[in-house]
Amino acid sequence: MPMLSYDPFETLLDLQRTLDTFRQSRWLESSPSAGGSYPPINVFRKGDDLLIIAEVPGVNKSNLDIQIQGNAVRIAGSKTIDYPNKASLHRRERLTGAFDRTVALPVEIDPDRVRAECRDGLLALFLARAERDKPKSIKIS
Amino acid sequence: MAISRALEVQEKKELAAKEEKTVPARYYVPTTDIFESDDALTVVMEMPGVERKDVDIRLEDNVLRVEGRIDFSKYEGLEPVYTEYNIGPYARAFTLSDRIDQDNISAELEDGVLKLTLKKAKEAGPRRIAIG
Repeated sequence: MPMLSYDPFETLLDLQRTLDTFRQSRWLESSPSAGGSYPPINVFRKGDDLLIIAEVPGVNKSNLDIQIQGNAVRIAGSKTIDYPNKASLHRRERLTGAFDRTVALPVEIDPDRVRAECRDGLLALFLARAERDKPKSIKIS
Repeated sequence: MAISRALEVQEKKELAAKEEKTVPARYYVPTTDIFESDDALTVVMEMPGVERKDVDIRLEDNVLRVEGRIDFSKYEGLEPVYTEYNIGPYARAFTLSDRIDQDNISAELEDGVLKLTLKKAKEAGPRRIAIG
């Protein structure tokens, strides 16, 4: 991450610029990521752990189904909007529908140490790398 | 509307502001639905990542301005490796007609969706005209 300057406003612009740089990231190129499908995800790394943040505004956690298998994360669910019966629409920009997206990560995940939080329209998946997937150093005798 | 198909991603639209902002960050336009019922106008805006304390709703000169800020301190220490969307504050403004009762506006925020209910001024209810 770029160095934090003392100007808090610059920090946000730096973050936005950094996120833009990673739009061309080929991190998931070797495995299927269903890029372009809903929901859009950002993947962050903190040390050896991964954090996937997906934007799912209006989706309640009861409508979300998350599965982990090996190195694949599957996010499925549906987004619905209740329009009142006698309403006349002036503008409609929001979309509704079902979604089912699988992202294959380049590292294997430990499913027992996964934490999922859904708040304010953001789904955050805290993923820990499986112990057996971590590189082990070999001593040269 | 009853067709069930896979949900598409809507790319975030950047705000092309008519007035310049003092904060050097990119603002985004929240996707909005506006619908009208007999007694109120409802404006629903999607602002994922915005908490209750970061929403600013202002009504001035018949213009309703909504701004939602992002708490980006949560992203400190995180290194992006793959991104599909950018994050940033949201802003959108609407000019209201004088049919709205400006003292009677309520707001709710749930799951990143802000719902504003603007009650219509009493005299402006629809009137049926009978054919004589």
